[in-house]
Amino acid sequence: MSVAQPVSGRLASGGPVIPNFGHGSACVRGDHTFCWDWVQQHWRDTLLPALVQHIELTLIAVGIGFAIAFVLALLTHRIRGFDKPVGVFSALLYTIPSLALFQLLVPFTGITYTTVEVALVAYTLVILYPNIDAGLNGASPEVLEAARGMGLTARQILWRVELPLAVPAIVAGLRIAVVSTISIGTIAAFLLPKGLGYPIFVALQSPTPFKTEIYTAGALAIGLALVCDGLLLLLRRTLAPWTRVA
Amino acid sequence: MTAASTAAELVFDRVSKRYAGREVAALSSLSLEIPAGTFCVLVGPSGGGKTTALKMVNRLIPYDEGDIRIDGRSVRELPVAELRRGIGYVIQQIGLFPHMTVGENIGVVPKLLGWNRARTRSRTGELLELVGLEPGDARRYPAQLSGGQRQRVGLARALAADPPLLVMDEPFGALDPITRNRLQAELRRLHREVEKTVIFVTHDVDEAITMGDRIAILREGGVLAQYDTPDAILAQPADDFVAQFIGEDRALRRLALRTLSEVTLDPAADGDAGMRVPSTTTVRNAVSLLLESDADHLVVESPDGAALGVFRWHDATEIL
Repeated sequence: MSVAQPVSGRLASGGPVIPNFGHGSACVRGDHTFCWDWVQQHWRDTLLPALVQHIELTLIAVGIGFAIAFVLALLTHRIRGFDKPVGVFSALLYTIPSLALFQLLVPFTGITYTTVEVALVAYTLVILYPNIDAGLNGASPEVLEAARGMGLTARQILWRVELPLAVPAIVAGLRIAVVSTISIGTIAAFLLPKGLGYPIFVALQSPTPFKTEIYTAGALAIGLALVCDGLLLLLRRTLAPWTRVA
Repeated sequence: MTAASTAAELVFDRVSKRYAGREVAALSSLSLEIPAGTFCVLVGPSGGGKTTALKMVNRLIPYDEGDIRIDGRSVRELPVAELRRGIGYVIQQIGLFPHMTVGENIGVVPKLLGWNRARTRSRTGELLELVGLEPGDARRYPAQLSGGQRQRVGLARALAADPPLLVMDEPFGALDPITRNRLQAELRRLHREVEKTVIFVTHDVDEAITMGDRIAILREGGVLAQYDTPDAILAQPADDFVAQFIGEDRALRRLALRTLSEVTLDPAADGDAGMRVPSTTTVRNAVSLLLESDADHLVVESPDGAALGVFRWHDATEIL
């Protein structure tokens, strides 16, 4: 068992690795399918902190990734011909397996929060940049022609026409970025005792992987992804009311 | 504001244009004087440079030689954005902003010009009525409108800041015939009301004849073949090209430009039992009715039903 043993042995630091089975209920000691009492007991000391850390991890990654992708997309929108190379580079970035990317970054940034965030930001960038870029270039030629003919300057066309029209594409990108960051973020536990990946990781460490902990942390990650996705859908409806009609 | 100050005179002064890599010029020394308030139609086969000429007015396309002047001022004198805000622009694909409501679409140029909200809103209401839309339509999105309604909004948007000049690039080209006819008639009415100078591009001769106070016919290479009133062009085509372009039924087309009220009629005999037609009927339709009914005359009546006189075959030939 324990596929991650070599990595974790070196990288995971601090905290008890194996849950204390000794004081658990019969359900916990027997590692039954799901032990609700364990969840209740460890909500405050294990699950809630992991959830909060995971939200933090995701928000920082998507926030920074969005800022970089947005500026990059604005630049390549203005300077034609740059969008292709940037797109290819970001696509290549995405082909690097996340575990490998963490390891590649360790020599530079060490076993730190920064390493985790740099990797996660890189992935969000890969998703967000093409979406924002496509969104900004999505205004139809006749809309742009009308805008120019009416006397809007290039800057006014960008902020009043192209950007509002890009909102659905941008939000679509954000939805994928957020959901995949929540998912990839669990792998951060191979490096740091942070996020919802950590309880899963800890449970996998024990000679008999503790099912309740794995299921609960996994369910929390899925729940978090669903809630975030719903919030983003709401954001699109608010920012792009025209997409709701006809 | 007086009617005269709301329209601008437009002059093309020996304007030429050649696109890079093309053998034939797009426009060859085009000179046109379009008096303020005139509805001028640019018509011709493709390759005639009519859209090129139109887009030079608001500088979407630069010209190589000559000059274009609005009320005596070269279009090159003003900053380009300022120039365009003073010219209403309508295109075939309409190009409404899908993310803006009808009201917001109409308010784009007023907003650029710094109008306050109240003024923009009252102007929007005025324009919706002018183009035959409901006040409630202001809150709808373009996706919720039919093609005809969208082009009405396009027209309202172009008129929003009360520009003295309107340029229209085949505005009705994508509409079905019924909607097109209705919008043509309404644009004519609107033009009588607002008295703007209008440059209207079409490839459809019928539309040119129906719409234009004046028609400029352009042939391949951007050469002006003839510039005159529809009646004068139909009566005396400048050359074979024009004659062929306007069609062999030009006599009938001329008859369509006149109504029975413009014909000198013989008095009607009391109790004439002939077919009665209103004086607003076009001469062309009156001729058609004669053909159809196999009668030798029609009784023309005024809107209140009084007989004004009789219309006979030879009356049609006399006015040509």
